[in-house]
Amino acid sequence: MGVEVLSVSVDSRFTHKIWNAVELSKMVEGGIPYPMLSDQGGRIGTVYGVYDEEAGVDIRGRFIIDPDGVIQAMEVLTPPVGRNPDELIRQVQAFQHVRKTGEATPSGWTPGETTLKPGPDLVGKVWEVWKP
Amino acid sequence: MPEVDSCVQAAGGPLIDEPVPIGEISSAKEKPKMTVARVGKKAPDFEASAYVAGEGFKNIKLSDYSGQWVVLCFYPGDFTFV
Repeated sequence: MGVEVLSVSVDSRFTHKIWNAVELSKMVEGGIPYPMLSDQGGRIGTVYGVYDEEAGVDIRGRFIIDPDGVIQAMEVLTPPVGRNPDELIRQVQAFQHVRKTGEATPSGWTPGETTLKPGPDLVGKVWEVWKP
Repeated sequence: MPEVDSCVQAAGGPLIDEPVPIGEISSAKEKPKMTVARVGKKAPDFEASAYVAGEGFKNIKLSDYSGQWVVLCFYPGDFTFV
């Protein structure tokens, strides 16, 4: 898919190294393949609207950033619920398709399914081309 | 010369284009403009220290990844449960 992943928490880079060594490498073969960034002080999280000052941590925020550096999607969850990587991958595939073709992808679109070509001719005719 | 990694590694944090100098803020109500993440807008650039398996410690900027798709994931902390 050609996507670079960066993870960020308020932990130090030393903690990241040991977490990868003692736990994550036992859950993911070979350990974590992407850079683990440190946001001590929460300054980066603040700019991204995900830093919780009371708890002193970055909450679960996920941003899809395109090759122009523009944020295409964001999802923010409170800590006890984990994210769904399948939905993340689906969204990345949809944004990559849109960028390549200029088409639009309807609700729940996955690669290979019908896309929409926005324009005057499509107005009132979505029901003809897209049958969920 | 081998690179020595000290206990404290400065990293730029948010790299905001033109922070307003304190002297130019005319009233207490007027705060310097802060870039805030929004969909459809440029992702605020930053620099952070990082651990990269197999490479060690290095500073990384979001703008290092210009021209590529990036998924940026914040999470509450190492060794937490979810």
